Amino acid sequence: MEKLIAILSSLHPDVDFESNDSLIDDGILDSLDIVTLVTEINATFDVIIPAEEVVPENFNSAEALMELITRLDEE
Amino acid sequence: MQKNILEYLESTVKVCPDKLAFSTGKEGMTFREIYTHSRSIGSFLADNSFYGEPIAIIMDKHPRTLTAFWGVNYAGCFYACIDEKMPEARMSVIIEKLSPRAVICDAKNKKTADALGALRVYLYDDICDYEVNERALADIRARQSSTDAIYVAFTSGSTGTPKGVVAAHRSVIDYTETLCEALEFDSDTVFGNQTPLYFDAPLKEIMPTLKLGATTYFIPKMLFSFPIKLVEYLDEHRINTICWVVSALVQISSLGALENHTPKYLTKVAFGSELFPRKQYDLWRTALPEADFYNLYGPTEATGMSCYWKADRELSEDEPIPIGRPFDNTDIILIDEDKRAEQGEICIRGTCLTMGYYNDKDKTDAAFVQNPLNTAYPELIYKTGDIGRINERGELVFLCRKDSQIKHMGHRIELGEIESAALKCEGVRSACCVYDSEGKRIVLYAVGESTPEAIAAALREYLPRYMLPASIEKLDVLPFTANGKIDRKGLKERAEKALS
Repeated sequence: MEKLIAILSSLHPDVDFESNDSLIDDGILDSLDIVTLVTEINATFDVIIPAEEVVPENFNSAEALMELITRLDEE
Repeated sequence: MQKNILEYLESTVKVCPDKLAFSTGKEGMTFREIYTHSRSIGSFLADNSFYGEPIAIIMDKHPRTLTAFWGVNYAGCFYACIDEKMPEARMSVIIEKLSPRAVICDAKNKKTADALGALRVYLYDDICDYEVNERALADIRARQSSTDAIYVAFTSGSTGTPKGVVAAHRSVIDYTETLCEALEFDSDTVFGNQTPLYFDAPLKEIMPTLKLGATTYFIPKMLFSFPIKLVEYLDEHRINTICWVVSALVQISSLGALENHTPKYLTKVAFGSELFPRKQYDLWRTALPEADFYNLYGPTEATGMSCYWKADRELSEDEPIPIGRPFDNTDIILIDEDKRAEQGEICIRGTCLTMGYYNDKDKTDAAFVQNPLNTAYPELIYKTGDIGRINERGELVFLCRKDSQIKHMGHRIELGEIESAALKCEGVRSACCVYDSEGKRIVLYAVGESTPEAIAAALREYLPRYMLPASIEKLDVLPFTANGKIDRKGLKERAEKALS
């Protein structure tokens, strides 16, 4: 989780990613962020996020993202 | 002879008044609604003695926004659409340059509009049903010339102040006619628009829609983050034509969405504003083998796009995608040291030229200059600052920039504007900004007591999101070249190495 928060914070230093659960709904993460996130997560966690998983529900909070990473890691 | 862009609306409304013209997917407006409300707004402005002057518009992306644009034009005025998400400091610089007496806004942006300090702030909903003053609108039209301004579009300026490009009816009509012909749009074209309304980029969809009675959907920005949802949206609205910045197309292809989710109705894909990475371009071509692909090129100063290349052949592996040839009625000259050259600065000549920069004679005179090949009479050309060459097939190819202007995520950015914003931050003594074109990152090098975190936070006060550096590094001193200039090349190499 720490590594993920670090990636997110590098994109938006002023956002509290521990608690925010409306990153997409509030327009905090934009399309550039999503591409960067997917690339960095793939590299850092050695997973591949397929296009089918790039949906708002998976990116609305750090927790949702972490769940996605864990799920992909187990598959 | 057509002299006013509103004639497109006036003839289309007779042909298909109840056809959907513009829509967000949820809310739309027909040609008749747009015609009626824009004439109301025009009448309101005319009755309040606005004429031949700028009116600022701060509204969310919606068909109403276009209606406000054309309402302003009906009054014989010109609009400046302001990005509502832009930091306050940058907005006030633009407003100062423009000094509009009135602002039109929607309810959501009322607070922002009020803060601008214009004499009058009008809510769209309050003026869109105003009683039409036929006489006033007819009088205005009779007085107008095709050289009257339609809009001012603000673009990044190297000294920190954005430049306002003024476009008149004649260049927008010229663009509309030649674009529709070259890209073969018709009344069945359904556009999926991506670019924001505060640039000249959406003219590609808006003007052909008006001229041909086509339809344009404003795709919600959020969808560009989620490729599969985006493809679903394209299918749902049977969108057959897209003119997007390259980064939006790459967004879909790079996340691997094209493999199992190919847009069903797409037959035309136009792209531009930056280089298309070949791998991503090939993914698109493979996914849509039947579709026509066009590379578009052109500066805001020559109204929308100036050149196009239709992908009518396979490119060799290391061949850059050409920018092709100019639209009809536009001429491109490559100039090196005031002479025509095989490789040189791309200069543009023709009706497509805009009028220059608003309230900025010096910058206008520097970029809109006498054609050096013509010494007999006054004739302006626009110097793009881009270097190009002609390939063996006679197609124009973009090589590089002469200065420090870059294209990032489809946005045209002067690195100088970022540097001058950095220098406004407390504890920054000197700064140099470079673009890592491989990693597509803006990198800022700063000297001073401040920290990268503090600089990053402070820059948000001055710059729109797309101009913020991806990385900020502190240096003890900036490196200099032998002749005393900042060593930009060295810093660029340093930035490119940092990631690899």
